[in-house]
Amino acid sequence: MTEQTIVNIGPSHPSTHGVCRVIVTLDGETVVHAEPVIGHLHRGIEKMAENRTYLQVVPLTDRLDYVGSMYANWAYCRSVERLAGIRVPERAEYIRVIVCELQRIASHMMGIGSTGADTGATSAFMYTFAQRDHVVELFEALCGARLTYNYVRPGGVSMDLPDGWVEQCRAFTAQHPPVMMEIDRLLFGNVIARARLKGVGVLTPEDAVGWGTSGPVARGSGVDWDLRRDDPYSVYPRFDFQIPLGEIGDCYDRARVRLWECVESCKIINQALDQIEPGSVHAEGLPRLLAPRPGDAYDHIESARGSLGVYLVSDGSPRPYRMKVRSPAFCNLAVLPLLAEGHTLSDLIVIIGSLDPVFGEVDR
Amino acid sequence: MAFVDDLGAALDKTPGGGIILTSLDAVMDWSRGKSLWMMPMGTACCAMELIAASFSRFDFDRHGSIPRPDPRHCDVMVVAGTITRKMAPAVKRLYEQMPDPKWVIAMGNCAVSGGIFYYDTYSVIRGVDEFLPVDVYISGCPPRPEALQDAILRLREQVATDSIVPGRDRQLNTILPTPGSPRKGDSAAADGDDS
Repeated sequence: MTEQTIVNIGPSHPSTHGVCRVIVTLDGETVVHAEPVIGHLHRGIEKMAENRTYLQVVPLTDRLDYVGSMYANWAYCRSVERLAGIRVPERAEYIRVIVCELQRIASHMMGIGSTGADTGATSAFMYTFAQRDHVVELFEALCGARLTYNYVRPGGVSMDLPDGWVEQCRAFTAQHPPVMMEIDRLLFGNVIARARLKGVGVLTPEDAVGWGTSGPVARGSGVDWDLRRDDPYSVYPRFDFQIPLGEIGDCYDRARVRLWECVESCKIINQALDQIEPGSVHAEGLPRLLAPRPGDAYDHIESARGSLGVYLVSDGSPRPYRMKVRSPAFCNLAVLPLLAEGHTLSDLIVIIGSLDPVFGEVDR
Repeated sequence: MAFVDDLGAALDKTPGGGIILTSLDAVMDWSRGKSLWMMPMGTACCAMELIAASFSRFDFDRHGSIPRPDPRHCDVMVVAGTITRKMAPAVKRLYEQMPDPKWVIAMGNCAVSGGIFYYDTYSVIRGVDEFLPVDVYISGCPPRPEALQDAILRLREQVATDSIVPGRDRQLNTILPTPGSPRKGDSAAADGDDS
């Protein structure tokens, strides 16, 4: 036992994936305790929602998880639809599934790329970001925005698929899995990456459940839990897909689960594109100003980071009385002190990256 | 760059020194403008576009602008994202750690004016120009990487007009907004124009 030093990482540090500050107590190079300090991006979105109409909240939800905006859009809209009893046309549900699976790919590309960058291989970022740019282009054709889409609306989606979009989307899903195989070989087959990732930050299944983690973090530990299958929503029961699981719950497993989820997402998109039929993309006869009956509603979806839920309380006025976001990134980040203990400082960076937190969602 | 500052001041006072000074200025501005290293102060959504700008598709290296995580290496701070009251002291401190000459690009509506978080929120600073001298503003939520590219080129134009003679020292607005102090735009005549 030597004298302990305290090292402050962040809030502006390229490896903390946002504005997280971590106070690390070190014994030599070994982490004794790592304490994440959050709130540097607290923008008060939940409070702001109380001053917006139900439709005006949708752009705010874009800014929650800015790597996967579609998810927050969808989770919020599902809550509103549950609260107001809106039926969504089938075509809109299919479009939502397609865009959200594309979003999962875009988001995981960021996560896998940063795993590479954290272990010293910035070139992995080049490969994954090229893929991400394809998805972003598809979204831009769809709704005109590259990041903040405001596409999923209560009652459906804002507009129908443009001409030629389905073909573009099919072209993407055809070329994407081979690239994933290549990244699997280049990054996860690499000796250095394996040495940096394997056995680092092991999260046991008991802890994964006990700390409320979800998404790839929980599935990396072998917890077989995916809302798309276990609490099926929208049209997900009609698709055939696998839930990739990790074995021991280290950084390697978490990163690889993300990679295989991208391949599964391509399968879902292809099936959805096969099954989708023409029709309306927005519920008919919705008032411009929604004022649901007093009550509350909670709905959750499987976002790229895990179980993303939105709880809404209505007092009968056109504005939500309260909006609460159950943020998966926040819950996943909570296990950081648990995972980092006993590892070296350089491994701490890899562990933060493998949890893939997005601070817009952590801090809200 | 104390040596350059002294040299500039000395040349300015020497008869006939102006000719050397202008030539020296041209060389300095040329070299500074072509290697504007970025301090990526990415806090929120705009950071994603800032990252995208550095990678394969947009490739900012060709403009000589590479992101460096250390403020001591950087010439231009790109503030990309919402700055909250909790974050502002860190941003200011990082700016102070950058060596002169230094520039600031406010990328995105949040950094320009608070953007979508201008109203109804208690924690967001309405524009990074409340405490940093901003040279180039980019609107958009978030702006495209091409817009950032344009900002870098505009900044290069501005750098080309700089002189090595001291006097261009800009006064830093050192008063950080504290909780409870009136924010920009809180007055009755709220003018949204930041520039």
